[in-house]
Amino acid sequence: MTKLKIGVLSASVNAENKWSQFLQSEFYFNYKRNIAAIAGTILIILFLLMATVGPLLVPQNPYNLQEISILDAYKPPAWAEDGELRYLLGTDSQGRDILSSIVYGTRVSLFIGITGMLFSCIIGTVLGLVAGFFGGKIDSLIMRIADIQLSFPATLIALFIMSISGRGIVNLLIALTLVGWVIYARTVRGATLAEKKKEYIEAVKVIGLPNYKILFKHILPNVFTSTIVIATIQVGSFVLTEATLSFLGVGVPVTRPSLGLLVKNGYDVLFSGLWWASTFPGLFIMLLVFGINMLGDFMRDELNPRLK
Amino acid sequence: MVNKLLEVKGLKTYFHTFKGTVKAVDGISFSLNRGEILGIVGESGGGKSVAGFSIMKLIEEPGFIQAGEIIFQGEDINRKNEREMKDIRGKDIAMIFQDPMTSLNPLYTIYQQLEEVLKLHSKMGAKARRERCIELLNQVGIPQPADRLNSYPHQFSGGMRQRVIIAIALAAKPKLIIADEPTTALDVTIQAQILQLLKRLVQENNSSLILITHDLAVVSQMVDKIIVMYCGKILEQGKIDDIIYQPAHPYTSGLLNSIPRLRDQKKRLEQIPGIVPNMFQLPAGCNFAPRCRCFRDKCLVDQPEIATIEKEHGVACHFPLLEVGRI
Repeated sequence: MTKLKIGVLSASVNAENKWSQFLQSEFYFNYKRNIAAIAGTILIILFLLMATVGPLLVPQNPYNLQEISILDAYKPPAWAEDGELRYLLGTDSQGRDILSSIVYGTRVSLFIGITGMLFSCIIGTVLGLVAGFFGGKIDSLIMRIADIQLSFPATLIALFIMSISGRGIVNLLIALTLVGWVIYARTVRGATLAEKKKEYIEAVKVIGLPNYKILFKHILPNVFTSTIVIATIQVGSFVLTEATLSFLGVGVPVTRPSLGLLVKNGYDVLFSGLWWASTFPGLFIMLLVFGINMLGDFMRDELNPRLK
Repeated sequence: MVNKLLEVKGLKTYFHTFKGTVKAVDGISFSLNRGEILGIVGESGGGKSVAGFSIMKLIEEPGFIQAGEIIFQGEDINRKNEREMKDIRGKDIAMIFQDPMTSLNPLYTIYQQLEEVLKLHSKMGAKARRERCIELLNQVGIPQPADRLNSYPHQFSGGMRQRVIIAIALAAKPKLIIADEPTTALDVTIQAQILQLLKRLVQENNSSLILITHDLAVVSQMVDKIIVMYCGKILEQGKIDDIIYQPAHPYTSGLLNSIPRLRDQKKRLEQIPGIVPNMFQLPAGCNFAPRCRCFRDKCLVDQPEIATIEKEHGVACHFPLLEVGRI
């Protein structure tokens, strides 16, 4: 019993230690002084809150037909003439509240950005590890595919895949993963090549550890830092890619509009003077990507030993 | 013989590179009994480490074990596949590397890294493993081992890390330990400690040890037998006393003479002139001939084979410093 207690105690002490260690680290020290990074974090937290609890706070679910009324169509933002306080940022052609649409759209955009990032991160990292560790034919094969893919713009490839497979969130995730894995694979492969020559890798080979354990237990944690940086920035770029695709009409389905699709819907009536329907979603895309990039840039500078 | 742990016969490990073939290990043969300590000595690039890795079967492309047998406990390691080798590595044959600073993974605690071997090669439970780890750290002389288990490598000094590495090597009670320059990266004051420790532990566990080093002085205090390697070939082999007191090969005597002696009044330390030849263009005759102080014409054209001059004392030289066959 006492042993168990000591174990629990030491575990909690350990966690506390880790936290206080983090507070004393150089990373945190620089973070506190970097206004851009803090602003980015705040923006990201706001967007995450918006995506999670936002739907509870907004006046309507814009995709529930019972909650919208065509009579409210084309209301300008609240501060303009004819504006209503209920529709803070105005309404679109169907009478849907723009702010509510944005909150629901952020959900879709963030979901696609983060999930797409996770899939490409996992696939890219594994392929990069395998290519770097085993070398030879498998390395050449993976890297040639990556090279070919890199010679086309990412959006073009995604556009191509989407126009074949058609709209849909799953299709979109597949397209983004196929586009996004390359950068992880290349980075991780390079880091793996450097890491596998180190003596501690030889040392675990020598004790007879199986290859998959060497790869995932010993090499992966040591090459992971570079992945974190790419992953952060990639969420931003995926939100943008998704917005681009949706704007071009090959992204998310109309029933679950993302921010990009909202811009497109608003764009159709932009020249009739209904500027708010596309400007506000566009502004939110900008803010979201801006926040992610600011935090990402800070992490890149901090976690990349070459820039120090 | 029952007593024979390892027998290497005509081992050839070649590296086929773009520029040509490097014969890193070119037909070496030796044997090792249980409980014996063997020193492999030679200059950098002499193929010592490659010989060690060949025994582990850890030669990577473009290297290949071209020929030869490595008979370990009566079985040829060369014929074993990768899966069988994984059982042997760490359990029967362990290896200690040169640089303790890079031989431990910086992201895991000492305990996690020690435990790994036990997890792989023993059926101990978590509690037994922990106890064994503490016992191992105790054996290698780390104070307060129970508290130190959860430390990370960066919290240890070089000497302590090398102790941990030795503990990892000893964990599964291997029958053979290959130590590749285990003290080169350490302080001179720590070197002696680590070597003494290694010797004591090897004797306690009744293991055998192959000590690879370029430092004859280190070897002379430790080992039972010596192999002197040069450009992938064995130039001289024998019992420690034979080699140290009656070196037969000019290279061995050159190495011995270039150890500084404190009481010597000589102004200048002796050295072997020249450098190790380019491995792509080895001389036609004896590899050492261009640097030898007593080479003759025959040495430039004819490669000497290893010949026994005394019991267990062999030398590959046309004109050894001792007459062949002297008793």
